[in-house]
Formats: sequence, C-alpha cells, structure tokens
Amino acid sequence: MTTVADAVKSVTTHRPLVLRRPKGTTGVWSWFTTVDHKKIGIMYGTAALVFFVVAGIEALLIRVQLFQANGTVLTAAQYNELFTMHGTTMVFLVGMPMAVGIANYFVPLMIGARDVAFPRLNAFGFWVIVAGATFLYSSFLPFVNGVPNGGWFGYTPLTSTPITSGFLPGRGPDFWTVGLIMLGIGSTTSAINFVVTILNLRAPGMTLMRMPVFVWMMLVVAFLTLFAMPIITVALIMVYTDRNFGATFFQPNFGGDPLLYQHLFWLFGHPEVYILILPGMGIVSETLPVFSRKPLFGFAVVVFSGIAIGFLGWGVWAHHMFATGLGPVAISAFGLSTMLIAIPTGVKIFNWLGTVWKGSVHLTTSMLFSLGFIAMFTIGGLSGVLHSIVPADTQQTDTYFVVAHFHYVLFGGLMLAVFGGLYYWLPKVFGRMLNERLGKWNFWTMLIGFNLTFFPMHMLGLWGMPRRTYRYDSGLGWEGVNQLVTVGAFIIAFSTLLFLVNVIVSLGLKRGAVAGNDPWDGRTLEWSTTSPPPEYNFAEVPEVESRDDWWHRKYTEDDEGRLVPLPSGGAYAAASASHDGHGIHMPSPSIYPLVAAAGLLPLGYAAVFMSWIPLFIGVLVLGFGVYAWGIEPATDEAS
Amino acid sequence: MATIEQTTEVGGPPATAGGHGHDPHATATGVTNTKLAMWLFLSSDCLFFGAFIAAYLLYRGRADQAGPSPKEIFDIPFTSATSFILLMSSLTMVLALAAIPRGDHRRFKIWVLSTALLGATFIAGQIFEFTEFSREGLHVDTSLFGSSFFILTGFHGAHVTIGIVWLLSLWGLSMQKRLPTAQAERVEVAGLYWHFVDVVWIVIFTVIYLVPQPGR
Repeated sequence: MTTVADAVKSVTTHRPLVLRRPKGTTGVWSWFTTVDHKKIGIMYGTAALVFFVVAGIEALLIRVQLFQANGTVLTAAQYNELFTMHGTTMVFLVGMPMAVGIANYFVPLMIGARDVAFPRLNAFGFWVIVAGATFLYSSFLPFVNGVPNGGWFGYTPLTSTPITSGFLPGRGPDFWTVGLIMLGIGSTTSAINFVVTILNLRAPGMTLMRMPVFVWMMLVVAFLTLFAMPIITVALIMVYTDRNFGATFFQPNFGGDPLLYQHLFWLFGHPEVYILILPGMGIVSETLPVFSRKPLFGFAVVVFSGIAIGFLGWGVWAHHMFATGLGPVAISAFGLSTMLIAIPTGVKIFNWLGTVWKGSVHLTTSMLFSLGFIAMFTIGGLSGVLHSIVPADTQQTDTYFVVAHFHYVLFGGLMLAVFGGLYYWLPKVFGRMLNERLGKWNFWTMLIGFNLTFFPMHMLGLWGMPRRTYRYDSGLGWEGVNQLVTVGAFIIAFSTLLFLVNVIVSLGLKRGAVAGNDPWDGRTLEWSTTSPPPEYNFAEVPEVESRDDWWHRKYTEDDEGRLVPLPSGGAYAAASASHDGHGIHMPSPSIYPLVAAAGLLPLGYAAVFMSWIPLFIGVLVLGFGVYAWGIEPATDEAS
Repeated sequence: MATIEQTTEVGGPPATAGGHGHDPHATATGVTNTKLAMWLFLSSDCLFFGAFIAAYLLYRGRADQAGPSPKEIFDIPFTSATSFILLMSSLTMVLALAAIPRGDHRRFKIWVLSTALLGATFIAGQIFEFTEFSREGLHVDTSLFGSSFFILTGFHGAHVTIGIVWLLSLWGLSMQKRLPTAQAERVEVAGLYWHFVDVVWIVIFTVIYLVPQPGR
C-alpha cells in the first residue's frame, strides 16, 4: 500500500539494532513482523481454526474408540493423552484465541480507534500463544515421550508425584504445566492490552455506556483473564516444582494437601468458563439486533448482567468439588452462589429474546447460528443449574452428564456464537460474502450433529457411564447410544468441513459476492469503514453521538416511529474511500515481539529436560528481544 | 468533526518506547497507556503472590513436619536489616523519579544506581539466608515449610532481580544520554514496579517472619 510506504519511508533516527527494521507490509514475511491489530486478529483466528480441526480429530478418535463396547482402537494410555489434549486444546488454543482474535480485529474498529494501545505487545501475545502451542504439541514427537495425559484439569497427586514414581509415565505433566504457563503469559499480555485499549482509546463521544456489548464483554473477559491466570500459574508452578525439585506442596506423605490444587485450579477454572462464554454472549448481542433490525433490548441490563457474571464467577468454584467432602456449610454456600449466577445469565437470555421479539428478522446464516446459540446455551444453562443441587451433582460428578453439560455451554454456546460471528464479520475482514446456501447447510448439519452428539450424553451420564474411561463393558446398555453419539460427532466434522470449504471458496478463491462496506445494514462503527478496512481503520476518527452511532447516521424515525433513511448516510465511508491515508502515522512493523516470544520456547524445553544449554539460549534470545524492543521506537519516525 | 490534518495519531499516546512529543494525557481515562498497563500487570501480580501466600498460610504450623521449624531457623534481626535496606531503596527510587522531571540527570543516575545497589544488597542477603537455611537442613524438599517458604520468597527474589536489571538498564540508557526528560514516564513505570515489589515484601516479611506461629 502506498500510504504505508509514505508513512514509513524515513530515515531512522536511531542506530539499527543488529536486525534491520522491517518495512514491508505485504508478502509472507510481513505477517511475522506485523503489529497491525487486524493482521494479528486474522492470525489468531486462523490458528484457532487449525487447532479446532486438531482438537476435533482428537475427539473423533475418542468417539471411534467408544463406538463399541470394549473398543480396541486406542490403548488406555493413548486415550488419556487424547482426552487431555482435546480439552487443553479446545480451552486454551481454540476458545480463547478465537475470542481474542475476533476481538483483536473488531474491538479497535468498534470503538473508533486506529490500533490497540500496544501494537507490539499485541504481536508478542500472539507469538507466545504460537510458541506455547508448538511446545505443547511437540510433546507428540516420538522421542519426547511426554504427551500430557493427566486431564485438562491435571489433578494432584496424580500429576504432582515425581517422574520416578510412575504414577503418570513420561513427561506429560511437565509439558502440560510449562506449556500452560507459557500460554498464560500470552493471555495476560493480551488482556492488559484490551483493558488499556478499551478504556483509553475510545473515539471522542464513545462513552462506556455507548460501547457495543461485544466490547463490554471483552473488557470483562480481560479483567477475568488478568486475575485468573496468575492463580493457575501458581498451581502449575507448584505441580512443576513438586515433580522436578521434590517440593512437597501436594505430597500427602509430607502433610501436603492435594485438595489445595483443586481449589487453586477451579479458582482459575470457573472464571475461565466465563472467559470462554462471555465473548460468545457479546457476539450474539451484536448480531441479534442487526438481523432483527431493532436495538438491543435492555442494553444497560445486558452490560450489567455481564459484569455481574464476571463478579459472581469468582464465588462458585467449589461446585466443581462437591464430591471432595468440603463439609455442609461450604457446599451449601457454593450451591447457593451457583444458583445465583443463573440469574444474570437468565436475564441476558430474556434480553436476547426481547431483541428478536417483533423485530423484522432476517434469517441469515449468522442469525441462525445466533438463535441456535440461545437455544443450546439455555439447555446447557439448565443442566448447569442442576449441578448446584448438591445431592444431584454428587450423583452426576465424573459422569457423561457433566460432559454433556459443558459441551452444551461451550460448543452449543461459544462455538455456535463464534460461527455466527464469523459469518457476520468475515465479509468485513475479506471484503467478500460467505455463501449463504452452504452456510445454511453448515448451520443445520452443525445443529443436528451437535445435538446427536451431546444430548444422548445426558442419558449416558444418568445411567452411570463414567468420564475418562477408555472402554466400557458390553451388556450395560450403553452401546446403541454411544454409536449414535459417534455418528453425531462425524456429522459435526462434516459440518466443519462445509464451513472450511465455504471460507476457502468464498474468501480464499474470492468466489463470494463483493461485500461492500455495510452488507448487513449494521449498527456499529466497524461497518462505517471499507471492507477490508484500511490499515489505519478510519481516515477521520469518528465522533460518536449515540449508542449504535452508525445506525443513527443512516436512519431517523418519522412521527409514527417508522425508520426513514437519512440522505447523508455513509458519510464516514465516503471520507475513508477518498482519503489516501497520507499523514497518518501507524506503528511500524517489528521483529522483536517474535524474537522475544521465540525465546520462551527453549526456556520451556530447559524447564522440562532440566538442561542448561536451552536455558542459556532462551535467556539470551528473550533478553535480546526485550532489550531491542525496549530501545526501538514504536513508530519509525519520519518527522 | 476532526479534520484529516489533525488526526495524525494512532490514538492515545505512544507506547513505552514512543518518544513522541504529544500530549501524554490525551487518553479517554486521563491515565497514560503505559501507566495503566503497569497498574493492570501489578494487579495481576497481586493474585500471583496472593496465591503463594495463601498456600503458605494454609500449611503454616502443620504438625509433624521434618527438618527445622521457622522458629528455629529464622534470624529476625538479620532479615529485618535486609528488609530495611529494601524499604530504603523505595526512598532512593522516589528521589530518582523526582530528579528526572527537573532535568537533573546527574542526580537521577546517582539515585537510580543506589536503588539498584540497595536491591542487590537485599538479594545478597537473601542468598546468604538461603545458603544458611540449607546448611541447617531446610531444603525445598524437606517439608511443607521448606517448599512454601523457598518458592514464595524465591519468586519474590526473582521479581527484585528483574527490577534491578530494569533499573540498571535505565541507568545505562541515561549514561548514553538516551533517557531524556520527556521520557520520564519510563522511570515512573519502573518505579511503580519497584514499589510494588517492596510492598509485597512487607506483606511477606510480616506474614512469614513476624506473625508468631501456632504450635512449634
């Protein structure tokens, strides 16, 4: 782009720092050095989709094993590895990066900013996630013998007993603890970036109560991430030192308390559940009003319910531990707080229904996914409330009932919302529409496959089928239902394939219709700029005068309350199109976030293999990256 | 609406290494990006230390622990002295921070170097203490006390060490005249971190060393 060339065509005022400052903003290499929030968002989203496929394959292997009684496809050890990596991948490498990716792209656009507050930190966060993912999955290499196998929750003392004890053969828990610590670093930096961006970089007039709900939910999520990540980091450090330095935190023979781990893990783990679902709630709060052509019903209530969920999310963790014998007072308190958190969640569901009610509903693929989200999430929410009833929960603990519940909230909730969001926003990202016909096939196969997979699990759970066991005996009456579940899983896989084909054909091969700036007649600022937006997002920083500002620039109401288009609609976009971006200084590309993040990789191997050489390399690379980054100016100055 | 010519900035002030001369208070909250980010990081770090301290408190005074007990092993006067030194480093940090907006780079260099040296003295004291404890039979793998003590104070020591490296880097930049008065915020942010690490030590010192333990 010529505009950028202008902006960066300059004489460096500082000495070059060993590595020449990258200049290009096109070509393959530019993706490694970019600090553009939109490119980073695309990379997050791509990585999340890749790992969605990987985790899906892991799930399919699990389902193939369980297709028949006494399945022989997988060994017990392989089965443990697969369910551990499936859970870990879906939570840390699909759910979180997907939400962060969509937010990376759209939060600055929605608040009228040109980039995030810390563009290089943003790139660093992404590369740390890549490093962490590489590290975790490198455990599959044949000579490593260390695929994590202690579950995504990694309970002690199973995971914390030293490697020599033989509880869990191999280095699985070491890869798991160190890998998650790395991913936590990435999540924390991106959370800091989101909070600062949302609080500080809002366009003039974009007050907090005019902010789109998706931005609000990402603000809550960022705070949850900020406070949840250090807690699991501590728990992971304790497991790691127990295993490798003989610490005694969770060693019962030293008086250590394995239950402390569960408290720390779920004190992180339950807020983590909301870290995963709140972005989904934010996405449908954007799509439902657009496709109902009505403002969000009870905006303030939706926002405050989200905040309430964020707060209450810290007071319910022990409902994951009802079976551990916490005593009647504790379980009553946590049962009550769990019931309480259903209230703001229910309020939101009614707000979404109120938004759609009497709207002029456009049943696009995105809208279908959003409506699917409401229905499936409600089912998941209802089975969740059942878990607040302690006697029932005690019965359901560690059965497939729990598996059914959290897949309804996380797949039926988060993933359906994400697909809805992708159908809604990808035209903005790539300038082409996704195919609606294929999209509707995608939706209906997904909905059918999903329910076929996860609804029967409720029954299996109530019949007593335990989680995390690699096979079951014949004659328990579970075979038929398990076969149904496996078929459902393959339908989900087929549906995902349809989605990928749609993306590749419509967007990659550019077969989709040209999207234009505002294909859905949207309400929020991202639709006021071009598709895809220029590197600087807005030629003129918008001045916001109301909630759903873009909508109110397009429409007014006549005396009888009917919508009347305004002739001046689209003023922003016209300005953006006619403006060549001259004089807008964007942050320059930088290689150092990637260098610094790459330094974490050898540090991880040093921690797992207790070896000095990678430690030395890691410290050197990380130190070099951080120093060069600190000295290098954010924008290569032309003036 | 702002004109094209006026909108030449990304929005908000530049990040740490920016060096722009724009109004540093042009953010929606009035707090600069860098400072807000540091506050957020510190709030996150509170939970990090909080979880370790909680674990220490949970295991404090559990019966039948092998090895020396806290009462037998702590040298309160010695640790009080090194704690005092660390607290004094906060004073020198404040003096360094006060010097740079005045453009008094000579005093800034003196005070920031003193801060780093006081911090290093504290770390030296910690290394001595760890060695001494180890000689008296307390290791990470000896007991719950050993594990929770060494890992908690060890991570605090790591925080102080990172702070020392950071302060020395600022000192080095200033020596090369690459830390102009306009970039005083870089010092302020390092100062926030440094004071935080000091405050955490006050909590750790009180909870671990000073509050008497039940039982032994």
